[in-house]
Amino acid sequence: MSTGNTTHASHVAHHFRDSEHQFDSAKQGIWLFMATEILMFGGLFVAYIIFHAIYPEMFAEGASHLDWKMGFLNTLVLIFSSLTMALGIHFIQVGQQKKAVVSLALTILCGAIFMVVKYLEYTHKFHLGLFPGRFLNPEVVHATHQNLGMYFGLYFCMTGLHGTHVLIGMGLITWVMIKTIKGDFNPEYFTPVEGVGIFWHIVDLIWIFLFPLLYLVG
Amino acid sequence: MGNHNSHGTTHTHHIVPFKIYMMTAGALFILTFATVGFHQMHLGSLAAPVAFLIASVKAALVLLYFMGLKYDNLMNRVIFGTAFFFLLLLFAICALDIWTRISEISTL
Repeated sequence: MSTGNTTHASHVAHHFRDSEHQFDSAKQGIWLFMATEILMFGGLFVAYIIFHAIYPEMFAEGASHLDWKMGFLNTLVLIFSSLTMALGIHFIQVGQQKKAVVSLALTILCGAIFMVVKYLEYTHKFHLGLFPGRFLNPEVVHATHQNLGMYFGLYFCMTGLHGTHVLIGMGLITWVMIKTIKGDFNPEYFTPVEGVGIFWHIVDLIWIFLFPLLYLVG
Repeated sequence: MGNHNSHGTTHTHHIVPFKIYMMTAGALFILTFATVGFHQMHLGSLAAPVAFLIASVKAALVLLYFMGLKYDNLMNRVIFGTAFFFLLLLFAICALDIWTRISEISTL
């Protein structure tokens, strides 16, 4: 019964009932992906909490090497980027393409600011000799605790994995921004932007927990 | 075929009002300043619970409004809930293991 089916819009693949069916299926796939993301970062969080409970003084020493102002700045940057990402989708939904492109561009800019701050933090740590695991020489950094490398192992794994997500997210947002400029999206079809948006928000969500965990509580 | 709803295939997406997004972001900014504010007060043993309580509220705001779970279908909420449940299970079982161990000093 496909002949003369005017309700089957051009962007809907033939195996979907309608546009909504296709959108919901795609979004469900993204949420399944988010479940794996939550559990992947969750494993690292659990590792951090447990080793923190075993070596509280060593973790306090590790956290004292971090500058909370840098983490605070990055938290504000990521929250703002989450807002602009959400607004990017909102403007596509209401048919305001130019505003959507500006919002997505601002989101990429915020991602870049975040990575620059991370770069400055990382290079400062390397300069001081604060490397992960066995690469940290306790004598060089005048460490009170011989296993201080464990703290920085967790620090670099968690922020490194998160930073990788930010970079991938920036790439994905660039992709949907170019597609928006080309006019590929409209209020009826914007599935890729929605999916990328959910991914970007979970990156923000993870940072919301990483900031107090690493920088404040220590 | 023939089970199209009265709206057809268009305008089925829930459009979250602009104002809701601005209010969500506003709340997130305020809570971020609150996190740092409480940190400066040096609450001692309460510092960690307070910081993570605020972080949880922020996470809930992001999930409900930015990620749209408040307006999403039951399936996507269940997917998130399942992941979250297994995360809690992972933590609970690990915690039980670590904190019920009896440390013994080897006599060797």
